[in-house]
Amino acid sequence: MTAEIVLQIFRFGFLLLLWLFIFAAFRVVRADLFGGRAGRVASVPPRAAAPGKKKTRGAPKTLVVTAGPLTGTKITLGDQPILIGRADDSTLVLTDDFASSRHARLTNRGGQWYVEDLGSTNGTYLDQQRVQGPLLVAPGQPIRIGQTALELRS
Amino acid sequence: MTSGPTTDPRAAAPGAANPPKRRNTELALLGFAVLITLVAQAIVDLTVTGSLTTELATFGVWFAALWTVAHLVVRRWAPYADPLLLPAVALLVGLGLSFIHRLDLAAQQADSALSREDAPVQLVWATLGLVLFVGVLLVLRDHRLLSRFAYTLALVGLVLLAIPALLPSSLSEVNGAKIWIRVAGFSIQPGEFAKICLTVFFAAYLVDKRDVLALASRRVMGLELPRGRDLGPVLVAWGLSILVLVFERDLGSSLLLFGIFVVMLYVATERASWLLIGLGLFAGGALVAYQLFGHVQQRVDSWLDPFEYYDGSGFQVAQALFGLGTGGLFGAGLGGGRPDQVPVAKSDFIAAAVGEELGLFGLVAVIIVYLVLVERGLRTSLICRDAFGKLLAAGLSFAIAWQVFVVLGGVTGLLPLTGLTTPFLAYGGSSLVANFVLVAVLVRISDAARRPAAPTGPPKPALGDAPTEVVQT
Repeated sequence: MTAEIVLQIFRFGFLLLLWLFIFAAFRVVRADLFGGRAGRVASVPPRAAAPGKKKTRGAPKTLVVTAGPLTGTKITLGDQPILIGRADDSTLVLTDDFASSRHARLTNRGGQWYVEDLGSTNGTYLDQQRVQGPLLVAPGQPIRIGQTALELRS
Repeated sequence: MTSGPTTDPRAAAPGAANPPKRRNTELALLGFAVLITLVAQAIVDLTVTGSLTTELATFGVWFAALWTVAHLVVRRWAPYADPLLLPAVALLVGLGLSFIHRLDLAAQQADSALSREDAPVQLVWATLGLVLFVGVLLVLRDHRLLSRFAYTLALVGLVLLAIPALLPSSLSEVNGAKIWIRVAGFSIQPGEFAKICLTVFFAAYLVDKRDVLALASRRVMGLELPRGRDLGPVLVAWGLSILVLVFERDLGSSLLLFGIFVVMLYVATERASWLLIGLGLFAGGALVAYQLFGHVQQRVDSWLDPFEYYDGSGFQVAQALFGLGTGGLFGAGLGGGRPDQVPVAKSDFIAAAVGEELGLFGLVAVIIVYLVLVERGLRTSLICRDAFGKLLAAGLSFAIAWQVFVVLGGVTGLLPLTGLTTPFLAYGGSSLVANFVLVAVLVRISDAARRPAAPTGPPKPALGDAPTEVVQT
């Protein structure tokens, strides 16, 4: 039979090995969550196909619906996040068959607005790009939800 | 214009650098898992018999070949799949094989005339599971195909569930549970496959109906209650699990099916009231089952006080508790305990063997590996782009989590014993093969979910934005 000291090395060494595996697995999870070195928030550059659009300085002040059943509706932006969806408790209650009950959210972080999709069925698009994580919204960039389009204005 | 690279792989623009596939991470972790398995086997051999055998080398080559094949297939046919699913499964299967081998050795020491070994059999089952894993990945190129066969799969699932109940006991009964098909020396537990078929069906059905189930509701005391007629499906699922319980005397499958359905209903509708309704139905069913069935009473009694029934129904749990107690924090060391003292330690009670030889630290490590597996499944569900994939991934991951919870709860005395198997770890061919299929489906969904959107792209109708453009300029 094997010596006692060797058995003890086996005993603790194996546990160490198991936990090293878990440590390695968690590093992969972390890299996946935070996307490695770069920052978390991706941004979409304003569309190149819209030349001549002046980039306005300063924080956006209103949210305007530019297409869909609610065209013309304006919401004044404050510090509170804006919930968009068909649910009654949304800030902007959509009457759009292609929108989910809790569809998307606009959040103010340090004067800049980010759009997030809340797991909607048909998705939220910022400038033709599907919103997966929080994305920075520049004034004038169209946000499309179902048949509704929105944009921020200064 | 804000600078900075696009970090979210799914948000990558068509022209941007390819998002990471992380296949090499997977390969490295798979290598690590194989290494841990081989170390475990070597420690077991050295501790129990004092020498290494040539069988270890054969085993090592076979086991490593299995995962190499799996990795290559994923690399070729599901390149964006989650890098952690496969390594977690490899480690669990490897640890399971090591413990089965360890219990084989214990059985041989107790009775040297005994030459039956279960570990090689389990390795063959794992190989078969891997063949099916590869098959599913090759045949199922898009998980959404499954939703087309939802009702067919539901029928298949129900038939699989019903077969053991209809067969005569001689062909279907083992240790009191009528959940087997025994043909020509083989025994198959069809319920394990029914689990997957029915989860696929639930996902497809709920994607269809979730708006009705979620929106048409009345508010009663701050709770959104569904309309009476929408209760239909949950009542059917409940009735089905009761039928399984009555005709097959199988507490585990019954609990598993009902749990999966209720949680998927909750995920699909975001209404907590479904959980409460499910819990209520479960409590009612449990109460009735306790009154009507002797075997349920027996299970509950031996759960409440295993030591009072030490000479009878409580023996197994009591022995498992002794084993866990002997293991303590760091365990007795691989090969250093007496896990063979627990009846059926290889299948139902393998967690007790892990707890005895690896201790609390080892058992928690194994649970965390399950946690990683489930977390990756749920993450797949979160980032998946289509509702069916979302629900299916959530349902399958929950099935693993629920099964682990119920089994470990039973072994540690938290819950009554149910007779489910620990996925991937426990001895048992059907369970292993079925769970390989389950993971193959998860890998397929995660490949679709993590694949950059560019090729299929944000839909072209974005041109429908034209009015916006006009307003802008």
